[in-house]
Amino acid sequence: MSKSLSFQSMILALQSYWGSHGCVILQPYDLEVGAGTFHPATTLRSLGPDHWNACYVQPCRRPSDGRYGENPNRLQHYYQFQVIQKPSPPDLIGLYLGSLDAIGIDRARHDIRFVEDDWESPTLGAWGLGWEVWCDGMEVSQFTYFQQVAGIDCAPVAGELTYGLERLAMYIQGKDSIYDLAYNDAGVSYGDVFLKQEQQFSAYNFEHANTERLFQHFKDVSEECRALVAARLPLPAYDQAIKASHLFNLLNARGVISVAERQAYIGRVRDLVKAVADVWVSQQLPSPSGEGLGVGPGRPSASFPTPDSSPEGEGRA
Amino acid sequence: MNFLLEILSEEIPARMQAAAAEQLRTRFVDALKAAGLTHGAVMADATPRRLWLIADDLAAASAGSAEELKGPRVDAPAQAIDGFLKKTGLTRDQLEERDTGKGVVLFAMLRREGRSAADILAEVIPQIIRDFAWPKSMRWGAASHSTASPRWVRPLVGIVALLHDAVVPLTVHGVTSGRATQGHRIHAPGPLDIHSAETYVAQLRAAHVIASSAERRTLIAARAAELAREAGLALIPDDGLVAENAGLTEWPVPLLGRFDPDFLSVPREVIVLTMRTNQKYFALADAAGALAPAFICVANLVASDGGTAIVGGNQRVLSARLSDARFFWEQDLATVRAGGLEAFLPKLENIVFHEKLGTVADKVARVEALATWLWDHITSPLGGEVDPPQAAGEGAATGSTQPLSRAAAARRLSTSPQGGEVTALAARAARLAKADLVSATVGEFPELQGQIGRYLALSIGEDPAVADAIRDHYKPVGQGDDVPTAPVSVAVALADKLDTLGQFFAVGEYPTGSKDPFALRRAALGIIQIVLKNDIRLPLRPLLRVAIGEPLATQATPKLLDFFADRLKVQQREAGVRHDLIDAVFALGGEDDLVRLLARVKALQAFVETDEGINLLAGYKRAANILKAAEKEGPPPAPPASGRGEGSEAALASALDLALPTATQAVADEYFTDAMAALASLRAPVDAFFTDVMVNDPDPAIRARRLALLARFRDAVHGVADFSKIEG
Repeated sequence: MSKSLSFQSMILALQSYWGSHGCVILQPYDLEVGAGTFHPATTLRSLGPDHWNACYVQPCRRPSDGRYGENPNRLQHYYQFQVIQKPSPPDLIGLYLGSLDAIGIDRARHDIRFVEDDWESPTLGAWGLGWEVWCDGMEVSQFTYFQQVAGIDCAPVAGELTYGLERLAMYIQGKDSIYDLAYNDAGVSYGDVFLKQEQQFSAYNFEHANTERLFQHFKDVSEECRALVAARLPLPAYDQAIKASHLFNLLNARGVISVAERQAYIGRVRDLVKAVADVWVSQQLPSPSGEGLGVGPGRPSASFPTPDSSPEGEGRA
Repeated sequence: MNFLLEILSEEIPARMQAAAAEQLRTRFVDALKAAGLTHGAVMADATPRRLWLIADDLAAASAGSAEELKGPRVDAPAQAIDGFLKKTGLTRDQLEERDTGKGVVLFAMLRREGRSAADILAEVIPQIIRDFAWPKSMRWGAASHSTASPRWVRPLVGIVALLHDAVVPLTVHGVTSGRATQGHRIHAPGPLDIHSAETYVAQLRAAHVIASSAERRTLIAARAAELAREAGLALIPDDGLVAENAGLTEWPVPLLGRFDPDFLSVPREVIVLTMRTNQKYFALADAAGALAPAFICVANLVASDGGTAIVGGNQRVLSARLSDARFFWEQDLATVRAGGLEAFLPKLENIVFHEKLGTVADKVARVEALATWLWDHITSPLGGEVDPPQAAGEGAATGSTQPLSRAAAARRLSTSPQGGEVTALAARAARLAKADLVSATVGEFPELQGQIGRYLALSIGEDPAVADAIRDHYKPVGQGDDVPTAPVSVAVALADKLDTLGQFFAVGEYPTGSKDPFALRRAALGIIQIVLKNDIRLPLRPLLRVAIGEPLATQATPKLLDFFADRLKVQQREAGVRHDLIDAVFALGGEDDLVRLLARVKALQAFVETDEGINLLAGYKRAANILKAAEKEGPPPAPPASGRGEGSEAALASALDLALPTATQAVADEYFTDAMAALASLRAPVDAFFTDVMVNDPDPAIRARRLALLARFRDAVHGVADFSKIEG
């Protein structure tokens, strides 16, 4: 490749590529999430019959992965580029490979491999089949055909692509440390932008986060979520579930959640997401663009209460 | 005519390809057989993107068939005749009337025309694809608006179905057959039209796809070995890795890369695991057998720059991974240098072992106590004087009192280290055995539990016996695994497994059917293997009582002992030991020393397979039946104090006088073959007795005397084994 793309140019190239392939270019969701999948544009939009094509950059926070800016490969805050296409188009692999061309990966010189990776998110009650995509032995993307989200069968199935942007950039730029990445073409490095953030947030995540308050916040947002589910407002309710998930991640990084409790907390978040998703799906009406296929008597009605059948007070929480 | 089927899809997981090819072959052969279409050889294989099958010499059509069906009589009710017509699809005038001698009966001649191969294939192939069973399958695409949409392992892309050079038209899962497939993504992009079944493999090869998985495997193994040789190194062979790489590539190109030798300070297992599991690289060794700072990866193309960029990329990835691994390893080293392996122990209090059984720290405390107790009882000079600390009451009084012979007690595990030293080392090893579970390295590489603990222990000068025990206490993990033999390792391995078994049985968590979530069967089998391999003399019952603990010991011990008996039967079946004989010895109740039990079973098996044994068993069964019948009638009258009868009766009595004490003594001395010989001496007198003597004599006193004699005979036999459990 000639001059390799800077971090920001790579993002622009991906956006432009997927935008030209029918994706709505969204902006990051404005809450702390552990993965781009949590964005309602993926989690909620992957449910229901409507067609949906979107791409976006999403900052992800994984408090436990912080290394005070000292590890060249690990960050507690990093970026994913997320693509969702529902239903999955006929040659999504071909489209994906085209996106690698778009960011300057010469596939005649580099070894692209699709290695089995069955994706599962216990927190979202979601799973799918697909691959991790390797470029010369480095995992640069995850490629998943969603089968279930929040315990609900995806109909139709969405194809989801997640690019690990820092890794991909390290690869393209041939850098051994994230902090050495060229953020732009004017001499600004990734470290210039984010090193202080990594140092301070690692200290916060591991040392200073007030766990008593975090536990209280977890309770508060869980209750808020249930109240909003009862009010049949799935989008605001989902925000609260996202917050619960991040609070759990913080508590986990602080080491105050035992292994036994861990599963219970994950289960609580999953229950919130499930309650939200049930309301969300019940409000999805077949639209002309979705052709309304498959939304009929054949659907499992128990998981899909219609707005009329259960007016108030979801008893799920 | 040859037939080609190719099912093109997105990348099939490597681990599923071989089984899928075999399934395709089996389903195809079965389907053609059912359709009556003959064929020659059928082979099926896979690449990452396709399952394919070639069947040679298909018949042009299936043979027609003729079948005669017998119907009702001509004079049968109209309903019956109508039913027959409906069943055969014929009309009344097509039926034949035939006089069978029992009236005139209607017959239908059903003729089936042969069908062309193409027709048959067009019917069976879609069915095979619809019925195909993948370990995991998925829905995709626009059709997935319905949750009942087609399923395949990954999205289905195309189907090539050619009978010689003609497309067999069919549609399944929304895909219509044709002759277009795809070659290598980079070297031969775009559609590739297959001319015929005969040219398929060659056409794919020309499109940079090696259709044969065996050829890809051979190529990878040979080229990897060659690259290693050229670098003055040796490939560490790994067939699983060869197969996996062959399942990830259509045009495999092995390449050699290197890593910084500084990383060799990290334990070898960590490096090999990182390379193998995470990166699918082959590891290499130098002339001395030490791990070399190099690897072989397998690319899926001939790169335009000869592989420089690919090797460079893979080296960077490995280097990042090894940096991470070294970071964890050095962190762990710093931890143990500052505070020993004990520094990890407080964290074990946060790991729940099982919700009913407390934390891993609790388990460690139990195992430590058990290892100490256990070793004291293995090594005590008289071995059998077992006095479990908590085992009071009658449960302890039964079974634990069989003394072990001094000879057996002298046959100890290897001699060094000795006695109290082993106890102390075992206690220490048990205390530290789980420490590495909370180390950073095991957090990253859970498969290395134990191994990392060993390295950390050695790094701070723990006794090598302790370090080895930390690694080996999980063993044996399966039938083929190493069985620990070092005394300290044996003590901790036994204690760890006994604790697991005892504790789960205490809270009622037993394996059921195929469900054994806590691997209790494996634990029991491990104990059996360790005990037998090391010839350890240890009565199980008191040991199990300690492992279970009060207050549940009395209740749970018999259940756990039965569980051991079952495991022993399964384990010994492979060695050809009969399960009924194990039952026959277990049924005696007192025997819970596995080494002795097995010696007894083996002697018994040798005996019951001789003529003497077979006849004695027959005599025993006869005696037992007579006694059973007599006992049904009520308790026998007391036999007269004196009188031994005469002839064969007296001879049997005399033979018993001799054989009984001999057999008893031999059993006590563990000379089981001698005990069998003593029993064998009864064969002739018993046979003669049954030939000459009628047990049910009219005189009740004589009858009682003879029944008593038979009872003595039965009891003598039971001194060796419960023959009623023996089959045959």
